[in-house]
Amino acid sequence: MKHESIPRVVGKWLIPPILLFALYVQFHGDFGPGGGFQAGVIFAAAVVLYTLIFGLQAAKQIVKPRVIEILVALGVLLYAGTGLVSLFLGYNFLDYSALDPQNTPHGQHLGIFLVELGVGITVAAVMIAIFFSFAGRRRLR
Amino acid sequence: MTEILDIALLSFMIVLAIAVSRMHNLFMAAIMMGIFSFLSAILFTLLDAVDVAFTEAAVGAGVSTVLLLGTLSLTTREEKIAKKNNALALLVVFITGSALIYGTLDMPMFGDPDAPVHQHVADRYIEKSEEEMGIPNIVTSVLASYRGYDTLGEVTVIFTAGIGVILLLGHIWRKEDKP
Repeated sequence: MKHESIPRVVGKWLIPPILLFALYVQFHGDFGPGGGFQAGVIFAAAVVLYTLIFGLQAAKQIVKPRVIEILVALGVLLYAGTGLVSLFLGYNFLDYSALDPQNTPHGQHLGIFLVELGVGITVAAVMIAIFFSFAGRRRLR
Repeated sequence: MTEILDIALLSFMIVLAIAVSRMHNLFMAAIMMGIFSFLSAILFTLLDAVDVAFTEAAVGAGVSTVLLLGTLSLTTREEKIAKKNNALALLVVFITGSALIYGTLDMPMFGDPDAPVHQHVADRYIEKSEEEMGIPNIVTSVLASYRGYDTLGEVTVIFTAGIGVILLLGHIWRKEDKP
């Protein structure tokens, strides 16, 4: 689709709001609908749209495969790491009260924030990885 | 009003499902499955399950349609038509369908306050979650904190899927990385 001007122009206008909306869904998930999973998918959708319009090579210049591979693991590590922190502070695994024992709701809020961020990172990275892997294959003859 | 919408949406979904099953052009079938997902997303919104609707719209209608189309671009757009009618397959589908419908007969009515799901911890979540978690969205509280361990499992499943794809197809997408 490299020479289609309408998708290129519309895409350039659409991709930044989609990325912004993904961040909104990510960080506003505790007040409105949404959360890490949905935000990750929306973020990946923006990258998919970019790839469809500008091609796989251009997309890989921005979203480096090495970085994606690290992010796939980083999200799970952030999630499990939050759980381990509460474990080492003498609470149950994934009991976010440990993060702020004086003010339990604050600790819970912080824990949910970190955990949802981990979910978002992993989901976005995995979706991009799957899409890149499929898009990078050649047609079977 | 909601009933009319429900009936209209469900009939659309039945028509779409039949159309998809009878269609030999896989490109059109993939697009129609996307429409099917959008309709179920609207249905979830009508059931006040906005978080589920959100996921359905993003994953079912968005990403999985793109992945299906990506697969079609690698294979072929036309379905290979089976030569004979398979009576055994029809029988299996019929028995499974009947068993599923029989199973729903024992389910509580929609919105039944005596349903088992409302007898357990749901009340406590609704009454206490904002006070305990400091955030108003009960779905997020349940997902990330009360049932945080389950969500960790789900993220691990996604992680495993990603690792699997990278291991199987990763050499393709990495080799073009270095010019």
